[in-house]
Amino acid sequence: MTSIDRIAEPWGSRTPYAVGEPWPVRVDCRLEDGLAESDVDAWVQSASLLHSNGDAMDIAVKDGRIVGVRGRAGDRVNHGRLGPKDLFGWQANASADRLTRPLVRRDGRLVETDWDTAMAAVAGRTTELLEERGPSSVAFYTTGQLFLEEYYTLGLIAHGGIGTIHVDGNTRLCTATAAEALKQSFGCDGQPGSYTDVDHADVIALFGHNVAETQTVLWSRMLDRLDGVDPPRLVCVDPRRTPVAERATVHLAPRPGTNLVLLNALIHELVENGWVDTAYVEKHAVGLADLEKVVAKYPPERAAEVCDVPVEDVREAARVIGTAERLMSTVLQGFYQSHQATAASVQVNNIHILRGMLGRPGCGVLQMNGQPTAENTREAGADGDLPGFRNWHNESHIAELAKVWNIEPTDIPHWTSPTHAMQIMRYVEDGSIRFLYVTGTNPAVSLPELERIRSILSQDRLFLVVQDLFLTETAELADVVLPAATWGEKTGTFTNVDRTVHLSEKAVEPPGEARPDLDILVDYAHRLGLRDKDGAPLVKWSTPEEAFEAWKECSRGRPCDYSGMTYEKLRGPSGIQWPCTEDAPDGTERIYVDGAFRAAPDDCESYGKDMVTGAPEDADAYKALNPEGRAILRSADYLPPHELPSAEYPYQLITGRTLYHFHTRTKTGRAPQLAAAAPEVWVEASERDAAREGWSEGDVLRVATPRGEVTARVRVSGVRDGVLFLPFHYGYWDRDTGDTGASAGGNGGENGGQPARDRAANELTITEWDPASKQPIFKTAAASATLVSRTDGTPAPAPTTTASRPVGGSVQATRGGESAAVDERIGTSEEES
Amino acid sequence: MKITQTLRSLRGNKVGAAVEELHRAENGLVEALLSLADQQKADHEVFHVARDLAGWSQEHVRRLAEVGRSRGLDLDAEPAEPGGLLATAKQKGSELMGRFHEPGLLLLADLRHLHREAAGVSLDWEVLLQTAKALKDSELQKLAEDCHPETVRQMKWAEAKLKESAAQIMVTG
Repeated sequence: MTSIDRIAEPWGSRTPYAVGEPWPVRVDCRLEDGLAESDVDAWVQSASLLHSNGDAMDIAVKDGRIVGVRGRAGDRVNHGRLGPKDLFGWQANASADRLTRPLVRRDGRLVETDWDTAMAAVAGRTTELLEERGPSSVAFYTTGQLFLEEYYTLGLIAHGGIGTIHVDGNTRLCTATAAEALKQSFGCDGQPGSYTDVDHADVIALFGHNVAETQTVLWSRMLDRLDGVDPPRLVCVDPRRTPVAERATVHLAPRPGTNLVLLNALIHELVENGWVDTAYVEKHAVGLADLEKVVAKYPPERAAEVCDVPVEDVREAARVIGTAERLMSTVLQGFYQSHQATAASVQVNNIHILRGMLGRPGCGVLQMNGQPTAENTREAGADGDLPGFRNWHNESHIAELAKVWNIEPTDIPHWTSPTHAMQIMRYVEDGSIRFLYVTGTNPAVSLPELERIRSILSQDRLFLVVQDLFLTETAELADVVLPAATWGEKTGTFTNVDRTVHLSEKAVEPPGEARPDLDILVDYAHRLGLRDKDGAPLVKWSTPEEAFEAWKECSRGRPCDYSGMTYEKLRGPSGIQWPCTEDAPDGTERIYVDGAFRAAPDDCESYGKDMVTGAPEDADAYKALNPEGRAILRSADYLPPHELPSAEYPYQLITGRTLYHFHTRTKTGRAPQLAAAAPEVWVEASERDAAREGWSEGDVLRVATPRGEVTARVRVSGVRDGVLFLPFHYGYWDRDTGDTGASAGGNGGENGGQPARDRAANELTITEWDPASKQPIFKTAAASATLVSRTDGTPAPAPTTTASRPVGGSVQATRGGESAAVDERIGTSEEES
Repeated sequence: MKITQTLRSLRGNKVGAAVEELHRAENGLVEALLSLADQQKADHEVFHVARDLAGWSQEHVRRLAEVGRSRGLDLDAEPAEPGGLLATAKQKGSELMGRFHEPGLLLLADLRHLHREAAGVSLDWEVLLQTAKALKDSELQKLAEDCHPETVRQMKWAEAKLKESAAQIMVTG
């Protein structure tokens, strides 16, 4: 056993392995200082909730408190490993400022109240509005961090009970494009790949996916392959010099907003050089002629010019991908939150279809998720999709669902596509939505153009309910705040990007009167008096396991089939991949084997959309295009981004994450080791831009767009020229942080009684989204940057271990020290304690 | 002999007239799309997509002018452009009206107008395509085959947007 500083070394020790071999076990364990594993009263099974990788862990409990975590050796996802956010993030559960009682607004102030008063207000206002203005005045905005059972219940209440089409999750900001890209190419959501593809691939291509920071354990797996025998070659598309880029055979850093041109050029090269599995395409795909026609217009020279990348690198990347024997690809926010998001992401699917690289070991596409339970938001119908990947525009799917719910098909609103999050905000803005119930998300920091969002959510005519752990920036605007239990304080299941389902059990009691989201939703349904067509309660369950059993029935026969799972089975050594049925009781490693897609017209989840206009195709057009349910090669032409640099705003601004934080830091900002690793906002600029502007490491800059400004110290990093990067994690709940960063600019204090709004990256972002996936475009805005003050020697508060690594100078390395010591046991198999 | 020449020249005139008419109609579509964008600036997707789609029609106008030139037509290759005082005023107005629900009815009316304009252009392309095929005029045929699908997508978008918005605008007050 070794002890290692996991802030300084986020990916831990290497355990190299060769192609085709199993990934060695390494069990990571972090306990409160002074405690040993033998001191722990109980180990309670769970999985990661602070990122999307789905790492299985046990929660250590002593005297009724959470005192640490340990990775589960036998789990297929992580083989015992945990990431820094798992190892330290659990401490946030016990924060002194957790919400412990419901709050209601009285005379303009939020005051404590009891549950009955709060719930009566929530249900009362819903009922009033349903009578006065109808279901279209009621909306729900949820998250990617509740449990499957909760999403399924929420979807049932909203769609089947209240009858509103205004239901979405903040998954709209993170995985909407993943879902849409899969629907476009395969007719249905559902990830073809498996994490074990890392074990077999000879080429791994990462498109806008800084896996080293977003899914640290998956990167550890890749690093272990890179250090082993027969390492894979990496192709990296990212405007920043990420840890992935540093290990890549080819790194392409395109101009923001030009991903589609680059991908069209790569496919142009595949076609041109005959790197296409013609037999596979002829048998299993449609649309080749149209795709060829489009990509013919994108020779590598065009990509070189539009994307500003070397033409020989485009050719080399295409050659590596085109000659791969087992190609694995992953896609994330660099594509999903950029201009022409769906069209660009779909081209990655196209590469795999063209090369016939699906459904075999090492040959997978992972359209990644950004959040731990985002997959469930999609499956269970809390993002507006119908439960079980059913098709809104297919009457027989509606009838099937109505049967499961025992209601009339007409009770399920399906006259148009579900309203996406940004459009929900628009309807709140125009006053046609008057009730918004927000669960587990913080739109007042995470949505684009915050000044607009704050003004929308502050309207008197809106009744805003916020259910969360803390008094977030959004909760401060609410009419009712409901204190929720979280991970470790409630039971439920969730599913990661490679379809692995984990059970997360209750380890300790929630603080004060905080309640599990499921309990609150069931109470809400009962107070609304929601009934099925026989007059029985619409929501027929009250415990997570009952909800899971109901969901199993709803999922039966659909691609995300859970019918063969039970809580008991999930208590086994490893998580289980759906589909899990009577015929496949241990789950299914890879879907779409031998071209067996779920794209037949009567089976598919979507008939597809025009990727430029977003207009949905109808059933007849789809039947004509794809009568046999094959994969679909869809293509699109490049359009320039809508906000381009100008004399006034000469830079392109992109936003993103850092390894040590999650979203708006409601949890990670309350874990001392994580908070200290990245304490304050910073802005990244390239070496050349910094030299031209005369900026040095640590100088305070004001970054501005037509929508707002952010004050931050500059880190001279490996970001491409002409681009500024801002992490999006920093809101205002812990604004007064002293002289660590933005406040050093003298602009961070009180301003006329109002705290300055110059810290959140989303003050700057544009209100715009991809027309097909409706995912907001956070990574393509024009910005200016001006010097506010010179540094006194203080560097930017940015980690040195990640993509924000300084290119030169002598910045002190990011360390966690004693308090970040984590035990690692390499090669340990399952151990009982 | 004389009759054949007359027919040809007549036919030529008709093709010219069709190209001219399409050039006018595509310019009309550019204006309809840009005006919709300005009028509905508070609806961000409408604003951006309408401007992108205006780009298609602008390209159609340029290509029609080029084809027209080789047929003796003097058509302006510069389509209508976004901007100008009126556009700014419309955008400002839209933003000011953003807090009100009633302008939604204007959106429906604008989309209806756009759909009709695009449907007209679509039929004009059909006429030109049929003519080009009959005359074995490959240049004209390629132009129609390239442009017409985009007109259909413009029309489908107007319909889809209308379908998506109608219930919220009509039912909730």
